[in-house]
Amino acid sequence: MIVLFALLGLCLCVGGLGLLVFMWSLRTGQYEDLEGAANRILFEED
Amino acid sequence: MTAAAVLDRAVPPAPASAVSICAHCGLPAPAGQRFCCPGCGVAFEVIQGLGLGRYYRERLLDPAGRAPKPDQVARPDLARHVVTAAEGTCQLTLAVDGLQCGACVWLIEQVLARDTAVLQGRVNMTTRRLRLVWRGDASEAERLVALVETLGYRLVPFEREALAAARDAAGRSLLRALAVAGFAAGNVMFLALATWVGARSGMGPATRDVLHWLSALITLPAIAYAGRPFFASALAALRQRHTNMDVPISIGVILVTGLSIWQTMIGGSQTYFESAVMLLFFLLTGRVLDHRARGRARAAVEDLLTLRSGDATVVAADGSTSSRNLQALLVGERILVGMGERIGADGTVASGQSLLDSSLVTGESLPVRTGVGDAVFAGTLNLGAPITVDITAAGAGTMLAECVRLIEAAEARRGRYVVLADRVARAYAPVVHLCALATFLVWTFGFGVHWSQALVTAAAVLIITCPCALALAVPAVQVIATGKLFAAGVLMKSATALERVAAVDVVCFDKTGTLTEPELQLERVEDSAALAFAAAIAANSRHPLSRALCAAAGPVVAAGDVEEHPGEGLSCGAVRLGSARFCGLADNTDEGAELWLAQPGIPALRFGFSEHLRIDAVETVARLRRMGLTVRLLSGDRAAAVQRLAEKLGITEWQAECRPADKVSVITGWQNAGAHVLMVGDGLNDGPALSSASVSASPSSATELSQNVADLVYQGRKLAPVMVAIDTARKARRVMRQNLAMALGYNALVVPLAMAGQVTPWLAAAAMSLSSLIVMANSARVRSNGKA
Repeated sequence: MIVLFALLGLCLCVGGLGLLVFMWSLRTGQYEDLEGAANRILFEED
Repeated sequence: MTAAAVLDRAVPPAPASAVSICAHCGLPAPAGQRFCCPGCGVAFEVIQGLGLGRYYRERLLDPAGRAPKPDQVARPDLARHVVTAAEGTCQLTLAVDGLQCGACVWLIEQVLARDTAVLQGRVNMTTRRLRLVWRGDASEAERLVALVETLGYRLVPFEREALAAARDAAGRSLLRALAVAGFAAGNVMFLALATWVGARSGMGPATRDVLHWLSALITLPAIAYAGRPFFASALAALRQRHTNMDVPISIGVILVTGLSIWQTMIGGSQTYFESAVMLLFFLLTGRVLDHRARGRARAAVEDLLTLRSGDATVVAADGSTSSRNLQALLVGERILVGMGERIGADGTVASGQSLLDSSLVTGESLPVRTGVGDAVFAGTLNLGAPITVDITAAGAGTMLAECVRLIEAAEARRGRYVVLADRVARAYAPVVHLCALATFLVWTFGFGVHWSQALVTAAAVLIITCPCALALAVPAVQVIATGKLFAAGVLMKSATALERVAAVDVVCFDKTGTLTEPELQLERVEDSAALAFAAAIAANSRHPLSRALCAAAGPVVAAGDVEEHPGEGLSCGAVRLGSARFCGLADNTDEGAELWLAQPGIPALRFGFSEHLRIDAVETVARLRRMGLTVRLLSGDRAAAVQRLAEKLGITEWQAECRPADKVSVITGWQNAGAHVLMVGDGLNDGPALSSASVSASPSSATELSQNVADLVYQGRKLAPVMVAIDTARKARRVMRQNLAMALGYNALVVPLAMAGQVTPWLAAAAMSLSSLIVMANSARVRSNGKA
């Protein structure tokens, strides 16, 4: 039973971490130029 | 084959035939020449000199887009827009005109990165904006902007207020809400699955309760956070004493969550946490997409206007001149309007005599002679000599004041359009809530079930009817239709425009600038050698007539030693190209705009200019008629000109010499007779007509006023986007109705089941998701070009 609850807690932590990373990426403006990002990988060599 | 090799083939090799292709901008160049103009040669040198030749191999030029041809345009005052930051750095954000592909972004960034002063030069390809940060003072801006303009792009600084609005706080908060709802939906669903499986495989009630509590712990904050957009909208609607789609959504979500918490507290098995958060997740997806599509259209219109706004030359009392942004002009100041410039403000002519093209303002296609004391309007193009204008306030009685008054009156008259989804919601919400109430009452008093059990059944009715599919039915279609139109160059500015366009049965066009090209075009010239000769001289000038001449002549090598005599014409040795007087002829014609070519020993040759139909006008009008629409024409121009054009297009219902108020009364007359009118116009004088029609459209060459009033703005030189917009809107409406029918049909099927108490939580969650997915899949059909 303990294992079950430990896993539940772990799951939520991992999910929450994903949510935090998303919020961070949103705040740093990574969704503001999706078109540019798609094109940039073709050109940036460094 | 590598990607680079594939792209390489897109750059056409220079053909050996008469016309070659410019190595820089890709436009036709004179035979045997590498470049079409010296500017392109310089750009090519700069790019090769910096070792960025890769640009030419990997770019993809869109023939419909603006070619990267360097163009000398008066640069707006940059220093005013520069933001000075700490430690001696400056920032500037500019709109970039001419971005075509990833290679353009790469080129601009690389060129800027090689400049030692630049700390950051980053292009946002989605919004087509360049953010510049550099070390030094504000005056550096001129040099950096000139550097990028050498390459063939055009940069225009943004007003600071416009930038603040562009940060799009609403879009971000929607995205955050979506993330929270997504996180909660995923986790709660996985807890719910465990309880559903557990119910069959003997999970103990204690474990189940723990899982329920955990779900509640995740769901409550998630709903409080992610549900705000819906709760706020529902509250606002209720305060104004009407309902919208958000009212049943909010009631459903709150009731279901409340019931689930109560079930959790008493240790019951019927919780619906997963349904509640999933509902929010689906709905927010629709909102985010919807917001993106519309935000993109709005930003595009804003950019169009920014790129067009310019500066005026202000003449001080001592005769000195300075450049100032149009928005910063004051009443009482005097401005100098050169040949080929647009007048920046309303005023009266203080000195000089000229020929003005006021087609954008009054719809009059022939240029008008103007002298000292005459009133002139912002947006008028000066074709003749330089004049100075005293700026006057837009006092009562001017064209602008009249138009603004009429627009305000029309907007006050126009009722709030109720979108299809809200109309359905108004009928739907009471029915659903009555069903739930009836279920509760019948189970409690009819079958004598304990009230708590009856309440669970009633709540199941609410969940299963929670208007998820219904709320997605319209936005899902709207997103796809707006996106499709955006790609076709039609920018939908208003949320309800799509539905209003679909209902249109009368299309009413303005003539000048809408059915005809926005610029004057050269009339037919027999002597093509003389035309090429004149064009070679005209290539040195930016005057609108010179440009029209060059456009008609095709690629030519600009002649050397050409001198421009402002307001008169061009001279190249003994050869003169310009006004009749400049060429030594009697100045007595009133036949419109013209240029004369005078060569020693040869009789002077006249080049006349007039308005031409847009290339696809005849075809588009015919196709609109085939779509079952009535096409009409309302113009401010003279009857003879309007009649000639109407006959060419086969339009039988036309009216000429309309003042702005006449257009409004004609359109209101049709509307009172039951017609839904789409007004298409571009001029200042069309503004009131645009705002009084059921829905309105403007070409992107239209005046700022018209573009602000119009519900949709279309780009390009063709008229076809109007037809595409109507076609797409009709298809979208068909699919919206199918979606609504499907959503309602699904409800009709499952509601009896729910009322009979046969719906379990997993069935509710599955049915809701399935109906939403079906509606979304059906909406995708709008994208296809076939019949929907």
